[in-house]
Amino acid sequence: MDERWSERPTRRLVLLAAAGLGLPPPAEASTAAMDQAIHALVGESTVKRGKVKLDLPPIVENGNTVPLTVTIDSPMSQTDHVTGIHIFNEKNPQPYVAAFELGPRTGRAVVSTRIRLADSQQVVAIARLSDGSFWSDSADVIVTLAACAEG
Amino acid sequence: MARVLINLPAEAKRGEIIEIKTLIAHPMETGYRLGPTGVTIPRDIINRFVCTYNGEEVFRAELFPAIAANPFIAFFTVATESGEIAFSWTDDHGETQTEVRQITVE
Repeated sequence: MDERWSERPTRRLVLLAAAGLGLPPPAEASTAAMDQAIHALVGESTVKRGKVKLDLPPIVENGNTVPLTVTIDSPMSQTDHVTGIHIFNEKNPQPYVAAFELGPRTGRAVVSTRIRLADSQQVVAIARLSDGSFWSDSADVIVTLAACAEG
Repeated sequence: MARVLINLPAEAKRGEIIEIKTLIAHPMETGYRLGPTGVTIPRDIINRFVCTYNGEEVFRAELFPAIAANPFIAFFTVATESGEIAFSWTDDHGETQTEVRQITVE
């Protein structure tokens, strides 16, 4: 092999360089990130299961738009109402999905929206009541076509 | 101005709980996608939605990139009196779009 050849980048070199220079993987939320976000919200309070009902389809074909409904069993009166609903997910790049602020004027503690899911994962809804207590529900979703998959 | 769909009853009885459905045309760009040149497309989402009933706030939402494009939000409110229900969406650039609907309460 003469000198000219050895200066040319070999296929192996090119592949190595590509691997090394590849973009860092995007930040990915994990169960730990979700737990951290939930902890930042609730602090040292205990989150009880119940009162909250999180409705999500168990199997989703398209993760780009997943219908979600949160229903909380609350009279929504001046003295006893839901003040906030927080939605978290496990595996999207960010653990937070949405936060809603409600009050006695909301009348009924039901909120619907459409979300993105990057992978099959668990979604958690936490409601904060006017007495300061936290209640939660979770749902496991299987996603066939993940959001963010298409360029 | 983005296209907006708002669905709420035009008339209601006093004290009735009414459902309001809202949708606004917006790409909700997450900031995690790569464009055709391999450069990340900058984040551009609607991050806040507020509903006021005759000036009093009745519902608010904080949105993150995990909300699907063309954000749809449905919620309830108590029809207390005739007047205006205003909806405003604020995006990452701080621009706010406000829509107002009338309601007659008997």
